[in-house]
Amino acid sequence: MLAFLLTLMLLLGIVIVLAYAERKVAAFMQDRLGPTEAGPYGSLQSVLDVLKLLQKEDIVPTAADKKLFKLAPILIFAAVFAGFAVIPFTPDLIPAGIGIGVFYLLAIISLDVVGLLMAGWGSNNKYAMLGAMRSVAQIVSYEIPAGLAILSVVMICQSLDFQEISYQQGILLNRFPGLEFETNWLFGIEALGINTTNIGGITTWNIFRAPLLLVAFVIYFIASLAESNRAPFDIPEAESELVAGFHVEYSGFRFAVLFLAEYSMMVLVSLVAVILFLGSWNTPLPNLTTLKFANWTTGTVGELSGILWGGFWLLSKTFVLLFLQLQIRWTYPRLRVDQLMHLCWKVLTPIALGIVLLAGIWRLLMV
Amino acid sequence: MEKSSVQHKTGFWEVVKSLLSGLRLTWRHFRNADKRRAPVPVMDENYFNQPEGLVTLTYPYEAIPVPDNGRYRLHNEIDDCIVCDLCAKICPVNCITIESVKATEEIGMTSDGTKKRLYAPVFDIDMAKCCYCGLCTTVCPTDCLTMTPVYDFAEVDIKNMIYHFTDLTPEQAEEKKQLLAKQQEEMAAAKAAALAARKQQG
Repeated sequence: MLAFLLTLMLLLGIVIVLAYAERKVAAFMQDRLGPTEAGPYGSLQSVLDVLKLLQKEDIVPTAADKKLFKLAPILIFAAVFAGFAVIPFTPDLIPAGIGIGVFYLLAIISLDVVGLLMAGWGSNNKYAMLGAMRSVAQIVSYEIPAGLAILSVVMICQSLDFQEISYQQGILLNRFPGLEFETNWLFGIEALGINTTNIGGITTWNIFRAPLLLVAFVIYFIASLAESNRAPFDIPEAESELVAGFHVEYSGFRFAVLFLAEYSMMVLVSLVAVILFLGSWNTPLPNLTTLKFANWTTGTVGELSGILWGGFWLLSKTFVLLFLQLQIRWTYPRLRVDQLMHLCWKVLTPIALGIVLLAGIWRLLMV
Repeated sequence: MEKSSVQHKTGFWEVVKSLLSGLRLTWRHFRNADKRRAPVPVMDENYFNQPEGLVTLTYPYEAIPVPDNGRYRLHNEIDDCIVCDLCAKICPVNCITIESVKATEEIGMTSDGTKKRLYAPVFDIDMAKCCYCGLCTTVCPTDCLTMTPVYDFAEVDIKNMIYHFTDLTPEQAEEKKQLLAKQQEEMAAAKAAALAARKQQG
């Protein structure tokens, strides 16, 4: 229960910051000022936006399928929020430390699609229906390259446990029960004979441990943009062309929940990318001979310093990825629907399949 | 240079290169966000020479100064006005309303030395009608009607767009009218007396 509340508070905080950052980053990239009036530098703007939404009338269309319509936002948010349960925030802080976290995450995120369909269908509005169909088609398609990219990480790490994958990517490798006698080699190749177990830092991140995971990371990142309906894959709710996607009929609190779910999805996919590819809560600084940067910036596991350093590195890496998502949104034009499907089925999926194969071979070199 | 820009770019690395150049562009704008466009007037030589930084001006707090010869809100300096009615006559949209009352004696001098002989019980300019052509300021013989640099004077009630420039209260105006009527009566009486005297002589 405590973990639930803490995660919810953390998530709300991040989403508020993210919504503000989105507006400011967008403004700065377009040579504008962005919000300036509410609070210092407009920093209270997103809080006020939420307050405004909460005050609004809760409209349920007469012709809507009321049960589906009312349930959909809750289901969508619950599906995304449930994904946070298996995210390890620090070396010893994880809301639910289950052994099949990756599998659970992929499964629970897919529930999101059901919620989208319910919202689109329940609104009894052809535009909402079309928007929902586009969203669902896109998310279902892009789950495949994303899933394959994650699979290649799982094959390299030989684990479905997010926490174990995290421990593998840093100097704390041997502290994880079951990994006491494991060794990290440079690029994961034992034959090179360079032991990086105690060097840690960026050299033990998955994208460095097995460089082909860099390609997997790019594939996952592109697919995750599509999964969270972000530009340049935001056809379902192309703001400049449509009013909105599946959520045209929603207002007030229900719209706020959908909005929250969308931003939570962004945060979640970035967190997963960081955990699987970018060293999770591990420090990026390696130990260099006498300068023990990695040791200094890891803290002691089980103490406050370990929690603070772990949380700091995880969140700062996540924010870098979130910033990249925002920057991509304001840089690239939207893909057409056929280009979207082309990219998914004919480009990303075959490459991801190849990566999975190569990851298997790489794993043979690692042991 | 020109040829390469027309050429259709294909190939994986060309695409990667163009994607990265796009990101570089937005990143450059993001990095330059600490610079701001200065609110310099159009006369300034740097006006068209500020390629970097945010372009937004937070208007009520900062504004671009208007040019010296810009045409904005009218102002009439009633102390210098000789109520010649030229402005009202030339106005293409009839936004100036003037009523004049002759003074019984000279009522003073304008700042450029012209004698004032008329009171103006009504001198109204309807800024909602005004087309800001500036003709009235050109014909004004004493330069009392001028354009000010004020352009932000929207009102909630359109009646407030009529600006009253007279310095007389209605009571004072009535008094001046009675004085004039009295003087004219006296003059008419004097004239009639003179005429009668001439008739008697003749």
